[in-house]
Amino acid sequence: MTAAWTLSGLKAQQGDKQVLDAASLVVSPGEVVGVVGPNGAGKTSLLRAGLGLLPRTAGEVWLGDRRLETLTVQARAARVGYLPQDRRLAWNLPAEQVASLGAVDLPEADALAVARERLARVGAGDLATRRVLEMSGGERARVLLARLLTTRAPLLVADEPIAGLDPDAQLLTLDLLRKEAESGAGVVVTLHDLSLAARCCDRLLVIEGGRIVSEGAPIAALSPEVLARVFKLDGALVETPAGPVLAARRL
Amino acid sequence: MSPLRLCLGMLCLLVLAAVMAVLLGETSFVIGQYMEAVAHPGSPPGEVLWTIRAPRVAMAALVGAALGLAGATMQGLLRNPLADPGVLGVSAVSGLGAAVAIASGLAAVPGAIELAALAGALAAGGAVVTIVARLREPEALILLGVAVSAFGGALTALVFNLAPSPVAIAEVLAWLMGSVENRDWTDSFKALVPMAIGAALCLKAGRGLRMLTLGEEAAAMSGLPMSRLRVYAVAGAALLTGAAVAGAGVIGFVGLAAPHMVRALVKDDPRQVLWPSALAGALLLVLADLAARLSPTEQELKLGVVTALFGAPVFALLAWRASRSWRA
Repeated sequence: MTAAWTLSGLKAQQGDKQVLDAASLVVSPGEVVGVVGPNGAGKTSLLRAGLGLLPRTAGEVWLGDRRLETLTVQARAARVGYLPQDRRLAWNLPAEQVASLGAVDLPEADALAVARERLARVGAGDLATRRVLEMSGGERARVLLARLLTTRAPLLVADEPIAGLDPDAQLLTLDLLRKEAESGAGVVVTLHDLSLAARCCDRLLVIEGGRIVSEGAPIAALSPEVLARVFKLDGALVETPAGPVLAARRL
Repeated sequence: MSPLRLCLGMLCLLVLAAVMAVLLGETSFVIGQYMEAVAHPGSPPGEVLWTIRAPRVAMAALVGAALGLAGATMQGLLRNPLADPGVLGVSAVSGLGAAVAIASGLAAVPGAIELAALAGALAAGGAVVTIVARLREPEALILLGVAVSAFGGALTALVFNLAPSPVAIAEVLAWLMGSVENRDWTDSFKALVPMAIGAALCLKAGRGLRMLTLGEEAAAMSGLPMSRLRVYAVAGAALLTGAAVAGAGVIGFVGLAAPHMVRALVKDDPRQVLWPSALAGALLLVLADLAARLSPTEQELKLGVVTALFGAPVFALLAWRASRSWRA
């Protein structure tokens, strides 16, 4: 099966700082991959370089069976949907219109219909006609998640999609992304909550200083050694009936 | 309200204002004279209405529409309700271009002032958008606009300083204060070409402006050719501003205020606001010119002075509201 996203040996710089150093990642259809690491480790840079938003100094990116550089902007949008970390919106549009911006390939009426369905899916059906700047941060996050789902792309990339959300909304967001994966999409998320990352992702990548330092199934990727070296935590992921939970204290 | 219905409503208001502006002026007529003007356009009242007032009203409407559309485009492009060609310094640099052309004696060369104003607007518009790509905060954008305006103003002061004669200084000053006095139909037709091209470019950029609601990166990944649409928007807004400055001098605040008059009626949509902003700008400037003509002052007020007197408080109000949202 062709991978949904292949990043191979990516290097990137911002100013004088090397933000990515030979970072590689393969995302298959149907899996949820989590990217974790301390602040400034290079999680967002990895996503941005992999999407062509941050210039690379080395490495290759493939979206499905095509190199990123060979794709038109339309073809790229058909292959990947992106939810950036920055959730600021410029204008006070109705939620359904914001969500419909994910479907520029459709006529406006069809895009709105898809947007309304996705809003209902993220539990924001009743917000469809409300203005986004009059919503709480959590409500707005749901609208933007619906916008991501409206893209109907086979690869969904979300940068900190649960930041600032209450626990229920965090779980709902990750459950929805899981459902997209079960429908065949490849999903990549950056997360700070290691317990949720371990519970909701099939595979984790741990990044530090722009390098992938650990990769694999959650419990293996977040071994006590990795927790100590990368996150400066003394502890381990503990299996519970609700899934793995991080039990740790600062070193 | 549907955008079409809003545009039709605005158009009715504009026609009403234009008719009023043609009928009213310094010289008063009685009903019989108005009928004579309609029946015999070559009669003395007809000359006043059709040769003096009507072309002036047409030019005010065109310039207002151009500034309203340019303002709405820049606000959408820069994702900032305080953006407009005046606030960002595009008008000032365009005015500088016209001032250089007048002071250097090129005014006699057909099209020289227009070309100089257009070149100034394109240069400033390009510079602002290039720099803005690196500045994400609205405060930084306004400061940049202040800097560009100040630089344009400083260079214009230099033009005054080096002007060969007091006559040249007076001509430049009159131009910079903005007016549609003594414009004829030819002036309107000359302005129409760059304005039509500019308007077409801005309207073509509409989808991109709406997508920019999500921010630069989400828009870049949206599937729209954002780089191309951005060029359309900048070139369109600069052409409209340059043509407006060439046609009527520097007129501030119309580009800022016009979109805000109609934005709520199109649910804040940066694409749907374009046409209504053009119509609102035309309406504003036709009324402002009428106010300038009917002002009980010995000297007719300059159009740029009238719009600044009304526009500056509007800008202050908008800045105050915007600053509250930045803090939120």
